[in-house]
Amino acid sequence: MRTLAQRLISKACNSDQVNTGDIVVCKVDLAMIHDSGGPRRVKPILQRLGREVWDKDKVVVVTDHYVPVESEETKAIQLLTRQWVRDQDIQNFYDQQGICHVVLPERGHLKPGMFCVGGDSHSPTGGAFGAFMFGIGATEMAGVLVTGEIWIKVPQTILISWQGQLSPYVTAKDMMLATCRDIGMGGGRYQAVQFAGEAVRALSMQERMTLSNMAAELGAQVGLIAPDEKTAAYLQNAGVEMPEDWQDFCIEEAAEGDQKICYDAQTLAPQIAAPHSPENADNAQAFKNTRFDLAYIGACTGAKFVDLAAAASVLKGRKIASGITLKVAPASLRDQKRAEKEGIMQILVDAGAEFLSNSCGICAGYGADRLAENQVCLSSTARNFKGRMGAASSQVYLASPYTVAASAVTGRMIDPREILAE
Amino acid sequence: MGRLWRFDEAINTDVLAPGIYMKSSLEVLAPHCLEAVRPEFASQVRAGDVFMAGHNMGAGSSREQAAEVLKFLGVSCVVAQSFAGIFYRNAINLGLPVFVLPALDRLPSALHDSANVVFDFDSAKLSLPEHKLHIQLDPLPSFLRDLILDGGLVQHLEKRFAILR
Ligand code: SF4
Repeated sequence: MRTLAQRLISKACNSDQVNTGDIVVCKVDLAMIHDSGGPRRVKPILQRLGREVWDKDKVVVVTDHYVPVESEETKAIQLLTRQWVRDQDIQNFYDQQGICHVVLPERGHLKPGMFCVGGDSHSPTGGAFGAFMFGIGATEMAGVLVTGEIWIKVPQTILISWQGQLSPYVTAKDMMLATCRDIGMGGGRYQAVQFAGEAVRALSMQERMTLSNMAAELGAQVGLIAPDEKTAAYLQNAGVEMPEDWQDFCIEEAAEGDQKICYDAQTLAPQIAAPHSPENADNAQAFKNTRFDLAYIGACTGAKFVDLAAAASVLKGRKIASGITLKVAPASLRDQKRAEKEGIMQILVDAGAEFLSNSCGICAGYGADRLAENQVCLSSTARNFKGRMGAASSQVYLASPYTVAASAVTGRMIDPREILAE
Repeated sequence: MGRLWRFDEAINTDVLAPGIYMKSSLEVLAPHCLEAVRPEFASQVRAGDVFMAGHNMGAGSSREQAAEVLKFLGVSCVVAQSFAGIFYRNAINLGLPVFVLPALDRLPSALHDSANVVFDFDSAKLSLPEHKLHIQLDPLPSFLRDLILDGGLVQHLEKRFAILR
């Protein structure tokens, strides 16, 4: 039996059949790099090797980490990035347009059947489009940029299937926090996680991206979802066509020896993960009345259009509690524009939100807004490691945009259904 | 002889290479390596020391500074019960030896923090000479061994391109 992961890899290494554990060399269809791990790190290596980028049309560069610049050092990083893009004549350059994992698909760069690498650990996000996409470090990226190839060991698959329907106000983020709790951050053991089942098919593409994105938190190499009509509609909207062979990738199978996990979507409640790991998740109810200072709707994981819309549905006609700060960093400029058009930004403004730029912001722990000593944050981001978003003494709880918004209204952590049912 | 730095908890990339120093050079970042969990590490680690961690070593971001900083500070080898995939690849690409340990509950008590250890890459052995103890680590596939022996991916590619020329 062939899995989607095996099918994608066998295409990329041009072999009829690959088996779990095989080490193969794959041709790369797309390589994404950003300002933090990108040009400033790969340029010296390319120079040392005396080589140029193997195929400039297959390279996409995004600035999102050091946005906005806040020091001479970060200014220099952005300058270097822009100069390198010019020198290499790279056309696919998205300068301050949003976070890489959101910008890539919205500009039509990801399609079913592709084999892609990204210089960022949340690159599995691309799996939502039926592409085999994983994160690598800068040295390995430099290797890809000069050879157009990379070796991989064909991973086992973990098939996570969600049967039934999610209850209202329960999201992809809650699905992933629950999975982190159940199998742990190393539970993916660098395997190919694939999400399947009725509840996954029912999700919008941006919600599916949240699933694939957080496959990184499971320690998986990729987070795949088989393409379908929703994928096609999304691509059409992004101005590109589905590849002709896309149905070859409509596979939702596990191979012999692969792990299968089955969930009932109906019974899932909104989740919150306590510091300092996404594994520390439990029903939001268990954290009821926990204090926090800052509500953060941000990151590729939690500030896409669907996430802003979710937060707005809670905040409509409501105000955030006294003493609570709500910061929103829309994941892309395009998503922000759309949210403006649909009145969503106005709802957030009226509720008392402050806005940050369309970038990684506090999630990366870079920049002026990073968390202060002892600050407690309830965040729609993916990762709450100690010190990641700021001071070592800061504390980060993770939740869905609904839960973050509802908690901002009550001033204490709460299951969003409690106030939405009122 | 080196010292063993033993961490039983999961060590992630954000504590190895804290975000706020990511814009800076390795020289600036290095003194802050692991400061959130073991503040004395960066100033006391010496060339030839061995880093030992539990499961999912290096989980988190793709920042290769997390592996690079350990090499920079002199760590000769990282052993762990298991590694996060990106960290594992990064370490090898940077020429930092990484090995999976036999399961922790079977490890001898002599393998405690600050024990004197010797690491030998060729035989993939971690030794405690005072206890006449040798621990066989899981050997690497030969092409990964070659990558490390070349000094990392860049050196490996230099060799490959030189041959092509
Ligand atoms: S928003 Fe956060 S998780 Fe997403 S790419 Fe940026 S730093 Fe990484």
